[in-house]
Amino acid sequence: MGVLGGLLWLLGCQLVGEVLVRLLGLSIPGPVVGMVLLFGVLSLRRPGPESGTLRFSDGLLRHLQLFFVPVSVGIMVHVSDLGRQWLPISGGLVLSWAAGLVTVAVLASRMTRRTTGGEVGD
Amino acid sequence: MTEALDFLRDSPLTWVFVTLLAYRAGLWVRARTQGHPVAQPVLVAAALIIALLSVLGIDYDVYMSGGSLIHLVLGPATVALAVPLHRQAHHLREMALPLAVALPAGALVSIGSAVLTVRALGGGEALENTIAPKAATTPVAIGIAENIGGVPALVAVFTMLAGMLGAVFGPWVLDRLGVQDRRVRGLAMGAASHGVGTSRSLHDSIVEGAFAGLAMGLTALLTSLLVPVVVALI
Repeated sequence: MGVLGGLLWLLGCQLVGEVLVRLLGLSIPGPVVGMVLLFGVLSLRRPGPESGTLRFSDGLLRHLQLFFVPVSVGIMVHVSDLGRQWLPISGGLVLSWAAGLVTVAVLASRMTRRTTGGEVGD
Repeated sequence: MTEALDFLRDSPLTWVFVTLLAYRAGLWVRARTQGHPVAQPVLVAAALIIALLSVLGIDYDVYMSGGSLIHLVLGPATVALAVPLHRQAHHLREMALPLAVALPAGALVSIGSAVLTVRALGGGEALENTIAPKAATTPVAIGIAENIGGVPALVAVFTMLAGMLGAVFGPWVLDRLGVQDRRVRGLAMGAASHGVGTSRSLHDSIVEGAFAGLAMGLTALLTSLLVPVVVALI
């Protein structure tokens, strides 16, 4: 099996995910459902470190950025939008990034202090 | 001669090769800059390819005859994100309450504040839908944008920018907030800045990197669930 087995698991989970979102009329991307399915499979099967699925996935993820190069090249069609809308784009990015970071940091700090009664530094 | 040039222009093989070569150049730039967060291989590769297409006067659609073959792998690569999540799953119980509350709240705030800020600053609905999923890891954000009428090319770039903000300014903001717990710092970095933030966290501390990876995976899932709802409501 090895790498071929890994490829089959990944494509199989994506296919089932894509079919499920269409059957159930969900607006979640099919590959995300596939990710949840594979997580379930891994939790049940607990494959060892030599598993083809784990090694093939690690290989894909090492070069994850390669797979969104073609989409990013599409920005050449939208350059004029970027120029016209630079203010809402930069404002929305910076503000919502900071708001998300602060929300998680503040809430998680409070809850870890309550549950474990101390902090873990290193 | 023209026959050979026509072949090169029309063959998907050319554009697969060009994409791999440009990505290779992006990796080289990242290595040369000792992994500077701004030197993301995808951005270097896209800039090189755009420059080449512009010089040769070739349309994006022609490029995508080959580009779409590489794009096809984005789906299985997204499924593969289950593997790092699986490896960090033993932390799920340890931090169950913070994970169950802080991450959904963070995803909700990220999405809502992005949409409302864009609206307040005069961006259109397409831009709102494009910026909404930007806290999710890029392949997932692209999938969400495709589903809700955002612009996939722009969401890819916005998401990378959110990642770079985290890698450059994230640790500074967390210092200002007085957050010292490595687990909490990791959660915040992964939730706001996905993979790019995670690699910065991993650089700072192994514990922080592990929690960043966990937050990244869960935030991708939460963002997929929440973006369609939030966009429909506000």
